[in-house]
Amino acid sequence: METIAMPAINFAAIMPETILSVIAMALLLINVFVPSEQKAYLGYLSLIGIVVTFFTVIGGWGTPQEGFNGSVMQDNFALFFKGIFLVSAALSILISDQYMKREECNHGELYPLILLATCGMMLMASGTDLMTIFLGLELLSVSLYVLAGFQRDSLKSNEAGLKYFLLGAFSTGFLLYGMALIYGATGTTRIAAIASYVAQNSLAGSNLMLLIGMVLMAVGFSFKIAAAPFHMWTPDVYEGAPTPMTAFMSVGPKAAGFAAFVRVFVIALPTLRADWADLLWVLAVLTMTVGNITALYQKNIKRMLAYSSIAHAGYVLVGFVAGNAVGTAGIMFYMLSYAFMNIGAFAIIVLVGKKGEPNNNVEDYAGFGFKHPLLAVCMSIFLFSLAGIPPAAGFIGKFYLFSGAIQAGYIWLAIIGVLNSAASVYYYLRVMVFMYMKDPVEEFDWLKVSPAIALCLIIAVAGVLIPGIVPGYLLELAQKAVLL
Amino acid sequence: MLESLFFLIVAAVAVLSGILVITCKNPINSALSLILTFFCVATFYVMLEAPFMAAVQVIVYAGAIMVLIVFVIMLLNIKTETDKRTSHAVLISSIIGLFVLFETIYFLNRSSLTGSKGLMDSAMIKSVGHTEIIGKALFTDFLLPFEITSLLLLVAIVGAVVVSKRKI
Amino acid sequence: MGYEILGLPLIYYLAMLGKVIVVFLFVLLTVAYATYAERKIIGHMQVRLGPMETAWHGLLQPIADGLKLFFKEEIIPSQASKLVFLLSPFIALVPAFIAFAVIPFGDTIEIAGYKIPLQIAAYYDTAAGKVIDVNVGVLYILAMAGMGVYGIVLAGWSSNNKYSLLGGLRSAAQVISYELAASFALVAVFMLSESLSLQKIVADQAGVFGWYVWKQPLAFILFCICSVAETNRTPFDLPEAENELVAGFGTEYSSMKYAMFFMAEYANMVTVSAVAATFFLGGWQGPTPWPILNFVAKVYFFMFCFIWIRATYPRYRYDQLMRLGWKVFLPLALLNIVVTGIVVTLFK
Repeated sequence: METIAMPAINFAAIMPETILSVIAMALLLINVFVPSEQKAYLGYLSLIGIVVTFFTVIGGWGTPQEGFNGSVMQDNFALFFKGIFLVSAALSILISDQYMKREECNHGELYPLILLATCGMMLMASGTDLMTIFLGLELLSVSLYVLAGFQRDSLKSNEAGLKYFLLGAFSTGFLLYGMALIYGATGTTRIAAIASYVAQNSLAGSNLMLLIGMVLMAVGFSFKIAAAPFHMWTPDVYEGAPTPMTAFMSVGPKAAGFAAFVRVFVIALPTLRADWADLLWVLAVLTMTVGNITALYQKNIKRMLAYSSIAHAGYVLVGFVAGNAVGTAGIMFYMLSYAFMNIGAFAIIVLVGKKGEPNNNVEDYAGFGFKHPLLAVCMSIFLFSLAGIPPAAGFIGKFYLFSGAIQAGYIWLAIIGVLNSAASVYYYLRVMVFMYMKDPVEEFDWLKVSPAIALCLIIAVAGVLIPGIVPGYLLELAQKAVLL
Repeated sequence: MLESLFFLIVAAVAVLSGILVITCKNPINSALSLILTFFCVATFYVMLEAPFMAAVQVIVYAGAIMVLIVFVIMLLNIKTETDKRTSHAVLISSIIGLFVLFETIYFLNRSSLTGSKGLMDSAMIKSVGHTEIIGKALFTDFLLPFEITSLLLLVAIVGAVVVSKRKI
Repeated sequence: MGYEILGLPLIYYLAMLGKVIVVFLFVLLTVAYATYAERKIIGHMQVRLGPMETAWHGLLQPIADGLKLFFKEEIIPSQASKLVFLLSPFIALVPAFIAFAVIPFGDTIEIAGYKIPLQIAAYYDTAAGKVIDVNVGVLYILAMAGMGVYGIVLAGWSSNNKYSLLGGLRSAAQVISYELAASFALVAVFMLSESLSLQKIVADQAGVFGWYVWKQPLAFILFCICSVAETNRTPFDLPEAENELVAGFGTEYSSMKYAMFFMAEYANMVTVSAVAATFFLGGWQGPTPWPILNFVAKVYFFMFCFIWIRATYPRYRYDQLMRLGWKVFLPLALLNIVVTGIVVTLFK
C-alpha cells in the first residue's frame, strides 16, 4: 500500500475553529438530554466555549501560523477579525435566551448553529485558499439561513429564511463563478500563488478572464456584506428573522465578508488595484446613499437598522477603497465598534417587544425615556455611536475610515461619506425624539431585564464608550493587524 | 475523428436536454431532462479521462439527488404550470445567458486561458489512476476544505431537522 | 492479425461483440428460466408440483408465458403521461443489463494468439502485459443500480393512478435507503482490495480461503439483505405489494411493458447475484478449476437464495423497512468501515 505523505497540518493555525466546532458538536449531543425549559444552560456552555476560544485568539496574537499546505494563515489580521466574530457571537447568545423563551422557540440547536456559523466566519477570515474561503462562507451562510428561519411558527421568520436562502444561493453562484474564472486565469486557488502568478506573468486589467472573475467575486462578496445594488434581501431578512439573530447576522457575517473581501483583493489582486478601486468607489457611494436615504423613510426600527447596516457597509467600503494602512485599520476598528453598538441596539429592541407584539415601530418608543431611563440612555449611546457622534466609538471609526480615504487621495469619496453620515443623524435622532420628547403611551410594565441581557448591555456600552474616549490601544492593535 | 463525432452528438443532446429542463411545463419532464443532462456531463467526464468524476456524477446527481427531486415533485403532486412567465424576465435571462455564452466561447479561445498547467495530463491519470489522484489530493492539498465540508453537511442536516421536523 | 480498425486489431472488435452476445444471451435465458425455477422451487417447497403441463415438467412454460404476454392487448390509460409511461419500462430494464459490462465472468482466454479477458469492458494490453478494465467498475455498478429505480418511480407517476403513485414513492424511498447501506458494505471490501477495478478485486480472492466473505462477513450479510431490498423482492417488495397497492407501480401496465418490468426485476436479481459473487465469493476464482462454471454456479446459488427467501418470509411493514435500513443496516455498515479501517491500518 502506498502511503500518503500527510501535509504540514499545524493545528495551531485552526485552533479557534477546532475548539468552537468541537464544542458545537458536544452541545448538539448534550442538547438531547436537556429539558426544553433549561436550554439556557446550553447558552452558558457555549459562552464558556467562546471565552476559551477568545483566549486562544489572544494567545495566538503576534505569531502568524500557516497550516494545511497554505490553506489557512492565522495572522494578526485574521485574529483581529476572529475577536470581532467571537464578540458578536457572545453578545447575540446573551440576548437570545430571553427572546427565544418569550417566542416559545428556545430550541437547543440555536447555540451549535451560532457556534458553527462563527466557525465559518473564522475560516473566511483566515483562509488563504479560495476553497477554504468559499467553504467557510457556505458554512456561515447555511447556518444563517436556518437561524433566520428559526422561529418556525412565525410566517415572517419563514419568509426571511427562504428569501435569505434563495438570494444567498444565487450570490454564492456569482462568487463561485468568479473564483472559477480566477482559477482558469491563474491555475491555482492559493491566494499567494495567484498573486505571484499575476505578478510574474504581468497579467493586468487587459486580461478579460481575470477581470471578469474579479468583478464576479466582488458581486458575490457584495451580496454578503449587503452593499447596494445587492442589498435587496437585507431589510426583509432582518425584519423577519428573530431579533437576536438579526443582531448576529448584521455584524458577524458582514465583518467576515469584509475580511475575505479584503484578503482576496488586497493580497491576490494588487496589480488590478486601479480596476477594483474604481469599482468599489462606485459601490461605496451607492451603498452609503441608498442605505441612508431609504432608512430615512422607515417606520419599523428593525428595517431602519437594516438600511443603516447597508449604509455602514458603505462607510467601511470607503476604507477599503482607500486601501492604505489607516483605511484598513479603520475597517477593523469600525467593525469591532459596530458589533458593540449594533448588537446593543438590538438588545434594547428585544426588551421592548413582547410575545406576539414585537413593538418594532418607532412610535412604540414614545416616552420610553421616562419609564426606563437607564435603558433609554443605553439606546441613546448606541444610536449616537451609529450616527458617528463623539465621544462614541462609531465616531473614531468613521474618522479613520474617512481620513484613510483622504490620505489616499479620494477626497470626494470622503466628502460624500461625511454628508451621508450627517444625513443619517436624522433617523437615529428620530428614535431619541420619540423616547424623550413624546408622552408615554404604554407603561412598558412587561419589560424585564434578564441578567444575561444586562451583561450584554454593560459590555456593549463599555465597548462603545471606552474605545470612543481612549481609542489608542485598540487602534494600535488594529494597525498591527493590517495586512499591508 | 470518431471521438469528436461522439462528442458532438453528446454535446447536442446535452444542450437540447438543458433547454428542455427550462422549457418543459411539466416538472417531472423537466427533472427527467435534467437527469439526461447529467448523464451527458458524465459522458464528458469519461472523455476527459475522469472516470471517477463520471461515476460520482451519475451516483450522486443523476442517482440520489434527482431521485429526491422527483420524489418531492411526486409527493407534493405539483401540477403542470399553467400561467405564462413574464416576458421581461425571459428577456433579461436570455441576455445574461447570451453574455455567459459569449464569455465562455471567448475564454475557451486558447489564447485567453492563461493559467499554468498542472501535473495531471491524461497519460499521468492513466498511469496512476484517477481515483487515486483524487483521493490523494483530497487528503493532502485539500485536507482542510475536505474537513470543512463535513461540518457543512452537519450544519445542513441539523438545519433541515430544525426547520422541518414536526416536533423538536 | 491483418485488419486494423482505428488502431485496434479486428479481433478486438470481434471479441467484444462475442462477449456482449454471450453475456446478453446468458442473462436473458437466466431471466426466462428464473421465472420457471421460481415457480418450481416454491412449488416444491410448498409440497406442490408447480407448472407441469407445457412440455416435460413444464419446461417450456417461460416461452408460453412470454408468448401469452406478447399477444395481450396493450392498454395505455387515457390520462397517463404518455411518453414517460412508454419510456419507463425501458428505463427499468436497460440499467439491469448494462451493469453486467464490468463484471468479470472468467479468466483471460487465448484465441488465435490474442488474449481476451472474459469481462465485457476490458481488453488485454499487450504492451503493458496486463488486463485493462474500467478503473471505477464498482462505482459504475452502483451508478447503474441507482438508475434502475427511475423506471419504477416514473412508471408509478406516469400511470396517473394512486396505487401506482404510492408504489413509485415507496420504491424511491426504499431504494435510496438501501442503496446507501449496500454501497457502504462494499466500501469495506474495496478498503481491502485498494482498488475499484473488478479485475483486481477478483484477482485478490485467489483460493477459497481468499474470498472476501471470510474477511468481511458482516459486509456480506448486509449486502445480501440490502440487495433483496434494492431489487424489490420479498420480503421487501412493498412497491408492488398486491394486497394493499393492487400491483403498485405495475397496476396500469399490460402486455409487453408488463413483461419488461418482470424481466427487469429478474435481470436485477441476476446482476446483484453476480455482484455478490464477484465481491464476496471470489467471482470466477475457485472452488473448481473451471472459471466460467464457478461463476455461473455462484450466480445461480444466489438466485436460489432469492427464491428461497421469497418462499420463507412474509412481507415487511413499510415503517419497519425504513427503520431497518436507516437505524440498523446503515450504522452497522459504517461501524464495519471503521473497524476495517482500524484493522487495515494496524495490521498492514
